[in-house]
Amino acid sequence: MAQNPAATDPGAGGHAAASGGAEPRHGLRLLLMWIPLSAAAILIIWFVWYPHLPPGRMSDAASGQQFDIAVLAVTAAPVVIGVLLYMIYAIVVWRARPGDEGDGPPIHGHTKVQAWWIIITSLVVLWAFAFGTYQLAQPGGAGGGQGPSPIWPLHGAQTTAWSPSSNDMLQVQVIGQQWAFTYRFPQFGGMESTMLELPNNMPVEFHVTSLDVIHSFWAYQLGVKADANPQVDNIAYVKPHQLGSFVVRCNELCGFWHAAMFNYGRVVTPTAFQGWARSLQLKELRAGVLAALPPYALTYDPTVIPQLGRDIVKVAGITGANGYYYPGPQAGTPHGDPVSP
Amino acid sequence: MAIETQPEKAQPSGAGPAEPRPEKSWWRRPAVHTGLIGAVIGYFLGHLLGNFLSSGYAQNLLSDSNDVPIVLGYAFATIGWLAGLGVFNDLLRTTTGKPLRDVHQEEDGGERGFAKYFRFTLNHKIVGIQYLYGMIAYFLTGGLFAMAIRTELLSPSYHIMGPEQYLMVVGEHSTMMIMMMSSVILGPLGQYFAPLLIGSKRMAFPRLEALGFWLTPAAYFILLSGILFGGFPTGWTGYEPLALQAKQGMDAYYFAFGLMGLSMICAGFNMIVTIINYRAPGMRWSRLPMFVWSMFVVSFLQVLAVPVLVAACYMGLMDRTFQTAFFANQLGGSSYLWQNLFWFFGHPEVYILALPGFGVISEIVATFCRKPLFAYKVAAAGMVGVGLLSFFVWQHHLFVSGINPDMRPLFMLTTELISIPTGFIFLVGLGTFWKAKIRFSVPMLFALAFYFNFLIGGISGVFLSDVPADVTEHGSFFVMAHFHYTIMGGLIFAFFAGLYYWMPKMLGISLNETLGKVHFWTMFIFFNSTFLPLFAVGLLGMPRRVFEYADNLAGINQWSSISSFLLGGSILIFLINFVMSTLFWRVPAPANPWRSRSLEWQVSSPPPPGNFERVPVILSDPYEYGVKDAPPVADLNPPPGVVAAAYAGVATTGPGAGTGAEV
Amino acid sequence: MSVLARAAALSVAVLVVVGVGIFVAVYYVGSKSQLTNVAYTASNGQVNVVLQEDPQNNSSSKPDWVSYFVQDPKTHHFIHTTLFSIPAHVKVNVTIYGYDGCTPLRNNFWSRVQGTDGGTINVQQFNKGRPLGPARNVSVINSWAHCSVGHTFAIPSLGLFVPVASPNASATLCGSSPCTPSSGPYSLVKFSFTSPSHGGTFRWQCFVPCGGGFIDGNNGPMGTLGYMMGEMQVVS
Repeated sequence: MAQNPAATDPGAGGHAAASGGAEPRHGLRLLLMWIPLSAAAILIIWFVWYPHLPPGRMSDAASGQQFDIAVLAVTAAPVVIGVLLYMIYAIVVWRARPGDEGDGPPIHGHTKVQAWWIIITSLVVLWAFAFGTYQLAQPGGAGGGQGPSPIWPLHGAQTTAWSPSSNDMLQVQVIGQQWAFTYRFPQFGGMESTMLELPNNMPVEFHVTSLDVIHSFWAYQLGVKADANPQVDNIAYVKPHQLGSFVVRCNELCGFWHAAMFNYGRVVTPTAFQGWARSLQLKELRAGVLAALPPYALTYDPTVIPQLGRDIVKVAGITGANGYYYPGPQAGTPHGDPVSP
Repeated sequence: MAIETQPEKAQPSGAGPAEPRPEKSWWRRPAVHTGLIGAVIGYFLGHLLGNFLSSGYAQNLLSDSNDVPIVLGYAFATIGWLAGLGVFNDLLRTTTGKPLRDVHQEEDGGERGFAKYFRFTLNHKIVGIQYLYGMIAYFLTGGLFAMAIRTELLSPSYHIMGPEQYLMVVGEHSTMMIMMMSSVILGPLGQYFAPLLIGSKRMAFPRLEALGFWLTPAAYFILLSGILFGGFPTGWTGYEPLALQAKQGMDAYYFAFGLMGLSMICAGFNMIVTIINYRAPGMRWSRLPMFVWSMFVVSFLQVLAVPVLVAACYMGLMDRTFQTAFFANQLGGSSYLWQNLFWFFGHPEVYILALPGFGVISEIVATFCRKPLFAYKVAAAGMVGVGLLSFFVWQHHLFVSGINPDMRPLFMLTTELISIPTGFIFLVGLGTFWKAKIRFSVPMLFALAFYFNFLIGGISGVFLSDVPADVTEHGSFFVMAHFHYTIMGGLIFAFFAGLYYWMPKMLGISLNETLGKVHFWTMFIFFNSTFLPLFAVGLLGMPRRVFEYADNLAGINQWSSISSFLLGGSILIFLINFVMSTLFWRVPAPANPWRSRSLEWQVSSPPPPGNFERVPVILSDPYEYGVKDAPPVADLNPPPGVVAAAYAGVATTGPGAGTGAEV
Repeated sequence: MSVLARAAALSVAVLVVVGVGIFVAVYYVGSKSQLTNVAYTASNGQVNVVLQEDPQNNSSSKPDWVSYFVQDPKTHHFIHTTLFSIPAHVKVNVTIYGYDGCTPLRNNFWSRVQGTDGGTINVQQFNKGRPLGPARNVSVINSWAHCSVGHTFAIPSLGLFVPVASPNASATLCGSSPCTPSSGPYSLVKFSFTSPSHGGTFRWQCFVPCGGGFIDGNNGPMGTLGYMMGEMQVVS
């Protein structure tokens, strides 16, 4: 918003004839109080507060968001201070003295003040828009979900077998289901895991989807947030910069255990990551888990299970939502009869 | 125009409803008690019909829960409630050729006692008072649910409620508040004062207006009935497909929200027609009080945005009952469809919540600064600008949901732009303070707090509109703090300001000033201490609608919870003030205790039947404080012929009526 | 109305409102407390938790919903609840009787055993109390290869995910609850894990969407405390 209108009012001191004595120059006084307060606030925000602002600096997206919040705070602080200062000044200086039942001066408006206000607020708003768009465009959409066709990708090589070389883009599919996140790594044979590990200093492409209702993948310290919609692939990019652990929470109300739908993730060195992923892949291969999983796809249709060789459902001729989702009681059989493929 | 200048023409030919009232005793005339009977009968009929239609569906047999009888029960209960209240009586009279009830006879009835407050009345002042009591009751109910939420959030790991109960409470609190508080100023203050402020003796469509009110208790009880079915797990946003999966309490949400939507559409439509057509001669658009401007713009928002909600709720109900698939991705529908329909309504809705606050505050500030409202045209432009732009910003609720990324800068721009007209309101307020003579009455205190709260709320909105920052803030307690600052810190503070300001006019009774000041200070301090820390909590990673959270946030949450209990205490102080002042102390108020120039204060407190003995002729705008030799705002006893001439001159024109009738 | 009448009306109104408020708070909002909590105590640093999942249950409100039961360690009766408590930092030996038939998992990844000691579970099939084969340690029960998983038991915050095998006898499933070993075929699943060293409430759930009549099977018993989701209290 805008700065103190009185600050730009040239005729502050010379308004309608005041009662005896020189009218104090309110505008000047306010300006002289506002400038040091704003400067102090800006300095405190930028040098004291900024390094500690959420969400931290663990990734490029998080650093960018932290920078954004700091810049917005620095832009907003003078505005807030200006308005509050003006209001306090008004309450103190322009209160009705006891016994004074008269009216105030009939000031209907002041074209210059109005014009300046509109100009300044518009400029601040446009600045915020330009800055926000620039920050959004780089790097990689600021960590937010960009839908299935992102327009701001991170730079990274799209490889089918990932290696900790210079710029391979790690693909991680985040599957939200009620009520846990699982992670699939297509570059590691499509293996799935409840734990999320990421390599440091390498680009990561998240494909967020859901199996049932809308969830939202929020990796707080990484500054990544992308909604998980069923049958939708929502892509978000991030490049972690620091080793350490981060927390993943579900950010969209998804049912009863929404609050408890969280897990921890870790950023490790690229070689450690490769070691972890490979060993998990082998483990799952040997245990037969990889064979049990559906082929990797960007979205999953819960009504199709290829291994069972047929579509699910049909009770009284209705599928999906309307009938029993999985084979259920047929006439004369008890609940939950086993079904052979 | 439709002003009835010859009420005597409406006399009936025989005995009937047009005769003066006091003949039949209160319990033999349609009122709340007959409405209740109608509602109960209707519910049973609907339930039976629903069972008859749908108990054979496989879905219902298997899930052991059938939504159709509940929805049809609600529908028939609402119809029965309205029929029992007598809403359809005039409709039947028209179709059978009998004469209708007359608005002016209603006003002139001069009935004593409070039976009239429980009826379907055509008197807009009584409807306003009905709204007042209703809105206070709804607010307190929603507030109790809020207390329950904050109690659960005292500890991150010790739970007094199960997850289902917690979500039920969250959903009930949020839906009750947003649904009901959209009319918290429009209802009590708007319906009461819009005609008075424009110099009209009545509303354009009094039956629509009263219908708008009587739908609200139905919506209230239907929403609360969701508790009996375990509530609904989606919060007030009703996101699909979780809503499709939910148990029977979800139907209560859809149906109640739809009913409230219908109420808003009726009220808005009535308000628009009244303000355009029923302005007194001389009431130009440039003299319209700022409160009326805000009512006008809000009514457009209601009429244009709310039907989208009603349609969306209807589609959701169809999905749950008759197995359509609008919102189920797996069956060809789209969960995004609900999100977009909902937020297309949802964003204008929050401006429906915010704008009336702007209007009330503008009135109060001018009166208690004893100065003209600074830059009147800018204020009006601000209202209109906010209203117009509010239709273009809704996707900012969906920045990270997977929408087309090209849209994000566009909606970031429109959302940032909307802060410009919002800033106009601050310009007007701050300009009015310049060299004013500020009196710190209770309404003025609330108005000052409004500016403070809305500043914080508005600035935090700018943080949210910036997409990269929104990636962290979306869906967290930061958003929660933002909208509580704008809605509760803005709207509810403005509501209390308006209430303390206009109570002498509405009921002829003053609210106790000492208790009012205690109420203000406790509410202001504890409101800020409750919600200011929540900005930090949100930035530190706590999502909305959770009952478990990170242990390191326990301290802040406890501080916030205890503050919220004290905030509830401050509302209790208000309630005590309200009850004692209206029931027991009953200090009579003078006609114009605030020495306001505004038109409604020029008549007695409460206003006489028909508002004005004669339609006044407006001479100036109500903000001409400090102007030497300013004419009074209106001539309340215009010489005969002036008014008729005014109408003869403008009988065929629309807006701008009355321009030729100045004395 | 006279002052006295007004005061009386006000008092009645206040009492009614307060009464309704308390009723709603206790009966609806606080209704989690209506479920029993089964407390297990340790002996020799170990705790034996016994659960079973039945094709129906013995409640009056939703008798045909699938449900877990928890065995009371003192009476050995199976109680219709999903709340139980265990001591902190002990070895927990869990036994689950799986009486309910199979349903394919939505996400077949939950076929894999995670978080148990040794990464396996011990499974044996019975029919009416007689074993149908030897007990085997398995780490995967692929619910899509053969429909062989009935439900799962998972405590996500401990990383514990266990598929509970469905009975593979062709006999009719147990028809009245709580089921007993003589009432039908069942699978017996055993595994162990160590309870965390700090106290707290740990939610547990089943990952099989078996809610008949609900879209895709989500909700219904899967989403109701006391049926297929519950809380494990760790008491330190």
